[in-house]
Amino acid sequence: MNRSPDAERRRFLSRAFGAIGAVALGGCERLSRSEWFPKVLGAGEAASSAVARAVTSRRSMAQEFTEADRSPMFRSNGTAEPDTDAYRAMAANAFASYRLVVDGLVEAPASLSLADVRALPSRTQITRHDCVEGWSAIAKWKGARLGALLESVRLKPDARFAVFHCADPMAEDGTDFYYESIDLEDAFHPQTILAYEMNDTALPVANGAPIRLRVERQLGYKHAKYVMRIELVPSFAHIAGGRGGYWEDLGYQWFAGI
Amino acid sequence: MPPVDAGGPPSRSYLYYRHTLPVRIMHWTNVVALTILLMSGLQIFNAHPALYWAGKSSYSGVPPVVEMGAREGGESGYVGYTRIFGREFNTTGVLGLSNSADGRLSARGFPWWMTIPDDPWLSMARSWHFFFAWVLLINGLLYVLYSIGSRHLSRDLAPDRRDWRSIGRSIRDHLRFRHPSGDEAKRYNVLQKLSYLLVIFVLLPLIILMGLAMSPWMDTVWPGWVDLFGGRQAARTIHFIAAWLLVAFVAIHVFEVIVSGLWNHLRSMVTGRYRIVEERHEPLA
Repeated sequence: MNRSPDAERRRFLSRAFGAIGAVALGGCERLSRSEWFPKVLGAGEAASSAVARAVTSRRSMAQEFTEADRSPMFRSNGTAEPDTDAYRAMAANAFASYRLVVDGLVEAPASLSLADVRALPSRTQITRHDCVEGWSAIAKWKGARLGALLESVRLKPDARFAVFHCADPMAEDGTDFYYESIDLEDAFHPQTILAYEMNDTALPVANGAPIRLRVERQLGYKHAKYVMRIELVPSFAHIAGGRGGYWEDLGYQWFAGI
Repeated sequence: MPPVDAGGPPSRSYLYYRHTLPVRIMHWTNVVALTILLMSGLQIFNAHPALYWAGKSSYSGVPPVVEMGAREGGESGYVGYTRIFGREFNTTGVLGLSNSADGRLSARGFPWWMTIPDDPWLSMARSWHFFFAWVLLINGLLYVLYSIGSRHLSRDLAPDRRDWRSIGRSIRDHLRFRHPSGDEAKRYNVLQKLSYLLVIFVLLPLIILMGLAMSPWMDTVWPGWVDLFGGRQAARTIHFIAAWLLVAFVAIHVFEVIVSGLWNHLRSMVTGRYRIVEERHEPLA
């Protein structure tokens, strides 16, 4: 049987499109699980981060809201209560024994009580908390300005990131503590605070008592709760999974501005 | 453009060079990018399968306008539901509750076959989404620059006076599935021009802008600009609606391609060449 060239071409085209479709749909799954392709996709994050920083100033301010905009209920996400004896003991006596350690690449390492943190220059702000999942909630936060604290401990020249070590273990066996990291631009941003009050009362355990980080230009997972130690480092490659945070080690973007 | 295969014995049809190479490349780049953006976007939506309109956050005391989920009930023990403006619909099997790729019943917004990746995996969906968002944006900017520079925009897309006058007839023609032939088939009809312009200059810029409105960092470019669209959650809802309007556009676009000559259109978007059948038929010797 002789097929017309047109029919041949149609057969070829329909097969080609069918094959492309099938490969594309099955292929996405394979690519997601490959070693190399997520690295290619990472170029998207790099571009987003570079462009977001290029079109905003270092001190660009997150939107602030009115008292009336506050959410009736501020959702607790992630850890609601750190499951360790040490944390429970500390919470039982109203965090009287709490110490915030600041160390790493600093001239004057510090260990601050909650009263010391409350005595630092503070800022109060009503901001929107944007979760990576898509929800958001608005609350009023009061906390010590991280920039002021870092100035008081005097950073060494090669300090590039602030790493926040937290009290909540993420693994069932009580290990794998939550951690996060931000760069110095965010650390010295005026709205970056170590919050100890939420909606005019002491920060509840469910929201990170006694101290949680607020880094308002980024998504919720950067806002580490139960902060115990701030370590100044030249690089976070040597910490845990090496990607700068608990969720980052599981594949989430370090730049959480989008 | 002159006919490509002029010459040879007189024929009633000839191939006309309809789509330039840059347009063809950018068209298929869009097909890939928009498909991946839709499917990875639905996976991201599944992380919090609800949409809000009023209020400056999703916890403002106002219930969502759309919500998907699963609850106990029904014969199998669970029911998937979709609530729209407070009215609940049973959407078991598709929305709220569906079988995952390996056949296990799972609570999720959109089913696995509509998402990238298949299984709930928010971080990977975000990686796909934000990579192909750049592909779409760069492709779109190149397209606009090319269309202005090559006069594709002014010559082929901008409706002229004749187009505006023929709008009624064009609507009737579309409803009767009557399609132009001869020289008329070389140009876009007025409804086609208007829908392309709407997608290029309204829908796509809007969906990109609403994506940026969800970025806490981009919100700081001009604090409060997101409120012009009703706040971050309303922006998320507009982003979602715009995505489905694009799906509707693609559905109509593909439908029109099929009814007005699938192979001819496919060929012209692959090789550039579109077969024109002349209206005046010479009697065959």
